[in-house]
Amino acid sequence: MATFMGINLFGLFGQLLVGLINGSFYALLSLGLAIIFGLLKIINFAQGAIYMLGAFAAYLALQYFGIGYWAALIVVPLVVGLLGVLMERFLIRPIANEDHLYSLLLTFGVALVLQGMFTHMFGSSGLSYAIPDALKGGTKLPFMYLPNYRAWIIIASLIVCVGTWWMIEKTKLGAYLRAGTENPALMQAFGINVPLMVTLTFGFGVALAGFAGVMAAPVYSVSPDMGSNILIVVFAIVVIGGMGSIGGAIITGLGMGIVEGLTKYFYPEASNTVIFLVMVIVLLIKPAGLFGKEA
Amino acid sequence: MKLMNKTLLSAAMAVALTSTAAHADLSDDKVKIGVLADMGGVYADVCGKGCLTAVEMAVEDFGGTVLGKKIEIVSADDQNKPDVGSAIVREWIESKEVDVVTGLVASSVTGAVTKVTTDNKKIALIAASASNAFTTKACSPYNAHWTYNVVALANGTVKPIVQQGKKKWFFITADYAFGHALEGIASKVIKAEGGEVVGAVRAPLGTTDFSSYILQAQASGAEVVGLANAGADFVNSLKTAAEFGLTEMMDVAGLLVFTPNAKALDPAIAGGMLTTTGFYWDRDEESREWSARFKERQGVIPAMPHAGAYSATMHYLNAVKAAGTDDSDTVMKLMKSTKPDDFFAKNATLRSDGRMVHDMYLVRITKESERKSEDDIFKIESVIPGDKAFAPVLAACDFK
Repeated sequence: MATFMGINLFGLFGQLLVGLINGSFYALLSLGLAIIFGLLKIINFAQGAIYMLGAFAAYLALQYFGIGYWAALIVVPLVVGLLGVLMERFLIRPIANEDHLYSLLLTFGVALVLQGMFTHMFGSSGLSYAIPDALKGGTKLPFMYLPNYRAWIIIASLIVCVGTWWMIEKTKLGAYLRAGTENPALMQAFGINVPLMVTLTFGFGVALAGFAGVMAAPVYSVSPDMGSNILIVVFAIVVIGGMGSIGGAIITGLGMGIVEGLTKYFYPEASNTVIFLVMVIVLLIKPAGLFGKEA
Repeated sequence: MKLMNKTLLSAAMAVALTSTAAHADLSDDKVKIGVLADMGGVYADVCGKGCLTAVEMAVEDFGGTVLGKKIEIVSADDQNKPDVGSAIVREWIESKEVDVVTGLVASSVTGAVTKVTTDNKKIALIAASASNAFTTKACSPYNAHWTYNVVALANGTVKPIVQQGKKKWFFITADYAFGHALEGIASKVIKAEGGEVVGAVRAPLGTTDFSSYILQAQASGAEVVGLANAGADFVNSLKTAAEFGLTEMMDVAGLLVFTPNAKALDPAIAGGMLTTTGFYWDRDEESREWSARFKERQGVIPAMPHAGAYSATMHYLNAVKAAGTDDSDTVMKLMKSTKPDDFFAKNATLRSDGRMVHDMYLVRITKESERKSEDDIFKIESVIPGDKAFAPVLAACDFK
């Protein structure tokens, strides 16, 4: 077995790859949060619950409508995104001009309601969702056995993350979006329907969490508290990346997955705190986050 | 006139005295049972509302009254937090007239609650906790630990596997009191049988992604990977083990598998795995009959803590009836001197240390092809007699 300075290199590569897979989830979820915060200045605490909702929607779609995994990847984000649109229109917009704390508390409340509802309906033990046939099995790499589904997670998440970043930072639509949130009155004067844009952006950010939920269903237990477990970590990642920085959220998501993977290898007991440690250090040195602009 | 008053007074007193004597010696003129459990968190399916249902069934089957007085039930959610649980129980005892507490899930909560019950001389009927501390280092004359404990799990599951010749073990352990206790006792059993523990990894409670730990288990060179965890941790770790091909290379042993958790797993992954349980609904006619009644009310088949909560409550009420009082010392004495015998408790006895020793079952999770219904989750492989499953009484905990 290849070793370097007493470290089992094969083991290390395995951990790095596994970290990258987790990082893909972090990136997807923190991207949604970063869009909603960066463009709309809403701190969406319901993002974790919506991720859970996405996983349950995939499960229910299969159980009751015979909609399989691949169709669910498209349908579920649309349905969840629509719920996001309704949530923005009827819950968040009425308090849009209040302090950010109001939307934070409101979305936190929505998260608790959703989680409680699903615990009541489905219990707390979790449901199982099978890996789609096309992605069953795995590939034997020299240093580990890589399940095909995990490889797919990295690919799918990279496509979605890079695509979203490109759309917001490089296209005309993205430019309107950024301008509309920077100076709504001026954009409205140019004939752009800013409130509609805000609603759709919120819906899109929420749909990303729904997408991550479908991606997670085959590998993690579909359970009501799956969202609350991951949400706090994802918030820490957004803070490290710089609140609202879209590229920052993606890179930090992947990076923190790797940092966590390494911690699991060298000192597993600290694996669920290491991200918060990084957050504290980053906040001390660069309060705006690694990729954030200084206020 | 004065004399007359005195006579009246003494007559009244005599009447009052006889009426108390004729009635039972029940504190506050009733028996009140408190059911404390995690009602909405990770362990909600394991005990939770189901334990409340089981206690309600016991009270109804008992007739709703004892010694002519009403039996009342209160319940609360401990949120798996020791401070929350002990505060609730303190309030129950001090101002709500609760006589006995049952449910009791997370070992950390039970540890805090049994301190309160013991200080107040109230009985704790522990239906769902795994730690063996409540009859060893934290033993009390007021504890009755019912369904199972970590010693029975390790003896039941680990021993036969080591005896089959699978001697090299690796543990994936939940990083808190329960996981540590389970891993520690299982390791002792392995060493006593001539096996060795080649490594262990401690995963924080509530870990979603176990892939990193599974890779470490794969690299360890072990023959068996023991999962010293429970609930969602068990489900997630086993799922990941299958995905990464671990289950093809090594055996996996789930040390604590409740039926709802086994049900949450694809039988293609979990089928064939051995584990130990204190109860299985499909054991015999008696257990099926009770479980059908439970399912009718609760919508799901009972897990072992549900059956344990019923059995413990029933045994307690029988003792109150026989003793003619709800005085904890008297009742506990009777609980220990009469043998529990119902659909749950087979060859059972509540020992002097408060450990309820009874038949345990080595079961195998069924494969898809064997399942006749969605509830057909375990198949009983063998019965483990109580004295083989549980550790002997410690001298320090011998409350005669």
